[in-house]
Amino acid sequence: MTTTHEHPANPAAGDPDRPVGFGRIQRKEDPRFIRGKGRYIDDIVLPGMLHGAILRSPVAHARLVSIDISAAAAHPKVKAVVTGKDLEGLKLAWAPTLSADVQAVLATDKVRFQGQEVAFVVAEDRYAARDALELIEVEYDILPPVVNARRALDADAPVIRDDIEGRTDNRIFDWEMGDAGATDAVFARADVTVAQEMVYPRVHPAPMETCGAVADFDPIDGGLTLYETTQAPHAHRTLYAMVAGIPEHKIRVVSPDIGGGFGNKVGIYPGYILAVVGSILTGKPVKWVEDRSENLMSTSFARDYLMKGEIAATRDGKILAVRTSVLADHGAFNATAQPTKNPAGFFSIFTGSYDLEAAYCSVTGVYTNKAPGGVAYACSFRVTEAVYLVERMVDVLAAKLQMDPAELRLKNFIRPEQFPYKNKTGWEYDSGNYAPAMRLSMQLAGYEDLRREQAEKRERGELMGIGVSFFTETVGAGPRKHFDIVGLGMADGAELRVHPTGKAVVRLSVQSQGQGHETTFAQIVAEELGIPPEDIDVVHGDTDQTPFGLGTYGSRSTPVSGGAVALVARKVREKAKFIAAAMLETRAEDLEWEKGRWFVKGDPGAGRTIAEIALAAHGTLALPEGIDGNLDAEVTYDPPNLTFPFGAYICVVDVDPGTGRVKVRRFIAVDDCGTRINPMIIEGQVHGGLTDGVGMALMEIIEFDDDGNCLGGSFMDYLIPTAMEVPDWETGFTVTPSPHHPIGAKGIGESATVGSPPAIVNAVVDALAPFGVTHMDMPCTPARVWEAMQGRATPPV
Amino acid sequence: MQVSMKVNGEEVTREIEPRVLLVHFIREELGLTGTHWGCDTTNCGTCVVLLDGQPVKSCTVLAASAHGHEVRTVEGLASNGSLDPVQQGFMAEHGLQCGFCTPGMMLTARALLDKNPHPDELQIRQAISGQICRCTGYATIVRSVQWAAEHPAAAGDPPGTGTDEEDVRA
Repeated sequence: MTTTHEHPANPAAGDPDRPVGFGRIQRKEDPRFIRGKGRYIDDIVLPGMLHGAILRSPVAHARLVSIDISAAAAHPKVKAVVTGKDLEGLKLAWAPTLSADVQAVLATDKVRFQGQEVAFVVAEDRYAARDALELIEVEYDILPPVVNARRALDADAPVIRDDIEGRTDNRIFDWEMGDAGATDAVFARADVTVAQEMVYPRVHPAPMETCGAVADFDPIDGGLTLYETTQAPHAHRTLYAMVAGIPEHKIRVVSPDIGGGFGNKVGIYPGYILAVVGSILTGKPVKWVEDRSENLMSTSFARDYLMKGEIAATRDGKILAVRTSVLADHGAFNATAQPTKNPAGFFSIFTGSYDLEAAYCSVTGVYTNKAPGGVAYACSFRVTEAVYLVERMVDVLAAKLQMDPAELRLKNFIRPEQFPYKNKTGWEYDSGNYAPAMRLSMQLAGYEDLRREQAEKRERGELMGIGVSFFTETVGAGPRKHFDIVGLGMADGAELRVHPTGKAVVRLSVQSQGQGHETTFAQIVAEELGIPPEDIDVVHGDTDQTPFGLGTYGSRSTPVSGGAVALVARKVREKAKFIAAAMLETRAEDLEWEKGRWFVKGDPGAGRTIAEIALAAHGTLALPEGIDGNLDAEVTYDPPNLTFPFGAYICVVDVDPGTGRVKVRRFIAVDDCGTRINPMIIEGQVHGGLTDGVGMALMEIIEFDDDGNCLGGSFMDYLIPTAMEVPDWETGFTVTPSPHHPIGAKGIGESATVGSPPAIVNAVVDALAPFGVTHMDMPCTPARVWEAMQGRATPPV
Repeated sequence: MQVSMKVNGEEVTREIEPRVLLVHFIREELGLTGTHWGCDTTNCGTCVVLLDGQPVKSCTVLAASAHGHEVRTVEGLASNGSLDPVQQGFMAEHGLQCGFCTPGMMLTARALLDKNPHPDELQIRQAISGQICRCTGYATIVRSVQWAAEHPAAAGDPPGTGTDEEDVRA
């Protein structure tokens, strides 16, 4: 591994007198997890707690004729049965989504996707609740479904959302970015143009823990405590206050340990609201935990983008412009979790890592009779789709020009001196140094040797592919003037208290789903204050104990909340300076900071540590004017810009010519996420994302039949990589700090999920080049690869 | 019906419905919530426990089938206050992130090492291939098991190994 700048790995490990900040340390959360003492949603048991279960639609599109709940209600263990009609009376039948649409909590008029919520049963135990679902009789009047997004705008397509007044078609939005005229002009004069249609299929984040909630409504004081699997506890609380009419100060949302999120746990699902309704109706706590099929069939899916990409270039491989049009399948309700002004998320970053003369994209979003969602699965608000598009297109161009794909990328990168770089769709990339990362990945891969090996193998009829991708991520939304979710600005808060003995607690508005926040954020405070991370408790996931903020998704924890934590620690440090000055009977401006203590300039012996200062702050010391008696601070951080991590990935595959089976032999990932807080955690985030990439590129897809039946509704059908499908990852890094982030960190959570699918598909297409294949869509399953080898590659939808 | 079994060395007897799954028996009757549940189809392996030393997916075993047998869960991995080397390995090598699949992975690793104290990488991957981890990408799980294989002495109570009190920062 090479690097331009690196923090030493935990130089003071084991020495309690020497504080450490950044570096590899073990995680503070692990001791409970390795003992099985994590506390996940289904581990929460409250006295008298009842269990809820949801009856779901077996069909994709139908009018509700009747629901007979009498037999279920008569079940001896059933405490309540709720239908859409009951919710209408409570004005809770429809709930706002995170994209200014509404979603049925329980169907009242029609069902609009298979798996939609139709009725809710509350019973004494989970088995009885399931039994009672079988006793509910529902009569459906089947309607023709819209399954293929390409048919959604046909004149004779059934109107799915006839609940919305005046709606006569299935169009959700038309959105464009860039300059169409300028782009067309470049295409008209370019030496070379290439075009390719491609599908980013519908996939699902499928965290190992499904979604669930425990609602505990107190009828006496009108307070609601809601434990739920959420990546955004504060945003959820505010929305519940708006939806349910329970005053916000009476709502406490607790997000306990979360068994993986990946964007699946951002949205507000009907099940959460139904648990609350169940608790209000019965006066008891109600638990609802979905099963795996419910998770795969009804909660937030990802992608489902039908794209056309085009590149205009010179004969010698200078890329001039990129143009793209997209048909976006949002399912039956527009429930994507994304900033208000960005209906296609950050897809307009499809210009990638290249210096272009012009760019243009148009996106049309449509309703279909499928589960709602779209922004999930570590996608960075659709940077995933954008990176796939441009990185696949660069390879299509490389094939046309018969250029090496790595060389073609190197030729077109934004140059280091161009940063901060304003692209043609309005983004300002904060920092980047792309060529060294690309060259490092080639060096780690032994790129030249691989190409030689490939040539030899081709001679022998063996199918080996080498795929390259280079991505620029767009994370850390964001400046609140540009980005909000349902009107809530995308800022995050942090509160820091240093106790009298010098131990500290930092409270965050974001919530970990496995990313190791209890460690990383303690390390940030440690770095800033010079007290060891084990002396810093990180509190998160409970709205009663943490400041307001928008939560963890889109890789925003480090860029936004990490900034908040660094700044709150600096605020404490600054306050400590004035208290130290009083202690040392000197002026604050005469003090100098070294990690952990303020001392008198020129007299290093005369100093006070943070612990000494904390004790004095809470003690009897006469405090300077304007300094109150604590060592606490709070901030809300509104980042000035997003951050733009990047990386260079190389994938090596072998394809079995007899079966079409793809084996990922090697994967080399060079990432640059700016300042590295804990290299061990960073590596873990990258490994996980690369595995997602193998899943999406080779295995995962949520398909539907013509009637709208979901064909990916269990782990028997929705295939996720196991240890046998992935190689031992090879990672490297460069460090290009963000110039505007308080510690220069950029975020890493989703980089590999964004960057790896095109590298793998490019490798498969490269392997299939002897068959004349220039593109194939994901997932590259054996059957689909084999078809491509026969010249019959088809899109998956 | 009445079922009796030994769980983590302790004899337990409970009156249950015959249809109760072992995973629910462990979690809800015994309150041992370290065993998780992740799918209904025996695919994900978050519910893996050891039944007479063999990894099984407790979501597809009836509690009644475990009658008269020995069950070991994640809560039974540490002994006499000492962590199992597998537990230490998972912390040392970052073999977990969200922690949800971790108990099942560790139990499978324990069963593997009991049979084969020096597995190679492929044998480790094969052993855990019936279990899904969505976070780690498996490489660090493999390294964690290798760490445990290289530190078998930690299974006793030698100096310097983590205990419940001491291992917060190894």
